[in-house]
Amino acid sequence: MQHSRRLALLHFWVAFGLFLPAVVEGAWQMLMRSPLPAPLRYPSMYYASVTLHGTVMAYVVTTFFAMGFGYAIAETSLGRPLRGSVAAWICFVICITGSVMAVATILAGKASVLYTFYPPLLASAWYYLGVFLLIGGSMIWVVVMNVNMIGWKRDNPGRPVPLAMFAITATADLWAWAASGVLLELICILIPRAFGWSDLIDAALGRTLFSVTLHAIVYFWLMPAYIALYTLLPQATGGRLYSDTMARLTFIMFLTFSVPVGLHHLLMDPEHGSGFKFLQSFLTFLVVLPTLVTVLSISASAEIAGRHRGGRGLLGWIPALPWREPMVLASGLMLVMLGLGGFGGIINMSYAMNSMIHNTSWVTAHFHLIFGGATVIMYFAIAYEMWPRLTGKPLSSKRLACWQLWLWFWGMLITTIPWHIAGLMGQPRRVAIFDYSMPFVARMASLVIISVIGGLVLVASAILMVAVLVRSHLGESSLTEPLRYALAVNPPREVPSSLNGFALWNTILLVLMLVAYGYPIAQFFLLKSHSVPAIEVTRRSIFNGTQ
Amino acid sequence: MVELPSDPLQCPLPDGAVPESVVVRTEEHWVAIMVMMLTVMMVIMVVTSLVGALHPASNVEVIDSRTLHLKGEFVESNLGTALEPDGSVTVRLIAQQYDFVPRCVVVPADRPVKFRLTSDDVVHGFLLPETNVNTMVVPGFVSEVRTRFARTGDYLMPCHEYCGLGHQAMWARVSVVSWDHFAGQSLLERTRCATQ
Repeated sequence: MQHSRRLALLHFWVAFGLFLPAVVEGAWQMLMRSPLPAPLRYPSMYYASVTLHGTVMAYVVTTFFAMGFGYAIAETSLGRPLRGSVAAWICFVICITGSVMAVATILAGKASVLYTFYPPLLASAWYYLGVFLLIGGSMIWVVVMNVNMIGWKRDNPGRPVPLAMFAITATADLWAWAASGVLLELICILIPRAFGWSDLIDAALGRTLFSVTLHAIVYFWLMPAYIALYTLLPQATGGRLYSDTMARLTFIMFLTFSVPVGLHHLLMDPEHGSGFKFLQSFLTFLVVLPTLVTVLSISASAEIAGRHRGGRGLLGWIPALPWREPMVLASGLMLVMLGLGGFGGIINMSYAMNSMIHNTSWVTAHFHLIFGGATVIMYFAIAYEMWPRLTGKPLSSKRLACWQLWLWFWGMLITTIPWHIAGLMGQPRRVAIFDYSMPFVARMASLVIISVIGGLVLVASAILMVAVLVRSHLGESSLTEPLRYALAVNPPREVPSSLNGFALWNTILLVLMLVAYGYPIAQFFLLKSHSVPAIEVTRRSIFNGTQ
Repeated sequence: MVELPSDPLQCPLPDGAVPESVVVRTEEHWVAIMVMMLTVMMVIMVVTSLVGALHPASNVEVIDSRTLHLKGEFVESNLGTALEPDGSVTVRLIAQQYDFVPRCVVVPADRPVKFRLTSDDVVHGFLLPETNVNTMVVPGFVSEVRTRFARTGDYLMPCHEYCGLGHQAMWARVSVVSWDHFAGQSLLERTRCATQ
């Protein structure tokens, strides 16, 4: 990789540079909710911190990581310089500007509305504008990815697009669909009100638009991890990918099924009828399919490698895998966390079962396991794989890298298993401090303390990760192997056009979106008088119960 | 080790190491297993929803949050527990920064109970821990949840949605008492939990 090296590396450094302080914040927030003494124990600081943790992790880290990964993939998998690198740099500047604006506003205490906004709560306009620049700016990246894929297809008629490029373009398209909800909410509702151009806020419409983003964004976070499973892991194990077709179908299904399902985040909301809640709850089950396909494909690919390395018997191929390779270890740990988290997720999306755990710590546990655990551990593995290619210097220590992955895995389990249990006991989310003299709360004290220990393990792991990357970056230059992506055991000579592009799938998704979201959004223009005044988050005294 | 041809990393897998036909057959088996898994999950979802008669608040009922105090069913004198002619009970609550009004309500056990909630400012959440009574409270809408309490006892009622900088202080209480106890209470006792 020659041309996009600095571009990709800078994106990764922004992502991991912000990741570390956000992990520390998360640990402090857990300490604050526990019966243990915590420094700076002010509720207002807690909510500002949750907003920062969410904004950084959900918007900044993930978007920069995906963009950097995308540029690297475009150049290495297509084997030619990135097209549109000027646009990519402009995109970087816009996204950085937006991120700085958002973070500064939160630090000033003017935006404690959490990253999910919760209208009619109102933050400073600069926060919304910052998030808008970051997410809106990243649409340039979406275009760059599509331009690169389409340009390569034009120059190589009849040849299948390399799987990694196909998958990152699916990720980009998915991000455009996912971002449409939050961008519309910002442009139509929050930014006009924050600048005082409008009077009332349509809170329920805002929630509904955000729900378009809220589920699909998780798949946007997850897709780079899946790309690594399909294209980097088989290479790291010394094997081959089991099936190219199944891989393409997986990414197509993620694109098509993960957007028209967001209403399952609003199952407990009064502004939607049971019909559409039930429909989207049902559609959500289809998102399980690509994950199940992946479990088969990845296990089968690993089995090929394990048997090739001398593994015998029904399960003998598993210990035969090179577990000292960070990519292999991370993938194994990822599948364990994905399994546990996925089980919890099936309960969340079930129309009725969700009422037991909605907005309890169970939900926090679920997405920390899926995103913070399964997804982020693959981000680490990708970084370890990419670093030698981007810096021209070998990874300083694979042993330390593997230690770091194990620490992250155990830290995440020790954190989230107690959260799941506390959630079932009824512990609400997003509460700054608990009164442990209440018997209801006191029962959860030991669970909360265990999870704090998990949080500290996570902090240690995050520090170790950045240390490994910095040490590698400062090391001696040496020749490194170019990045190679896994080929299928039976490499495709040609694939049908439906498996070589996204026009058909984007059209199907458009129809699904009209069916799933058409009426739920249109109804707000038919209902009379439900808009409400906005409430500035800093306006009311904390201790005053009435107006 | 490098010279040994059996070192897997020195001798990459050839194309077709697993024949295409084997791949296709495995995939077909896996698709069949996936369809069965999905079917089981969907059946569980439908059965728990319909047979368990669990229905999250989906009444889509609008209300003007600016005139709650002035007119309609959420005026102050109408809040709290009301006994309906058919023997069921309706509880009306307003969620606001940072309290539920009233802060405590009494309901009878073994009777149908209908909670009707709305907000006069921001989004709040209503949860009775360890039950499936759970709803968002969105300003501009009325949330209706129906349930029946099998046991007597106290349920805490935390707000479970971030509603501002005092969110952590927003805890209220539902007290479930026997029908006889409930019938003997005055209207004021039912809405104010005067026993405590």
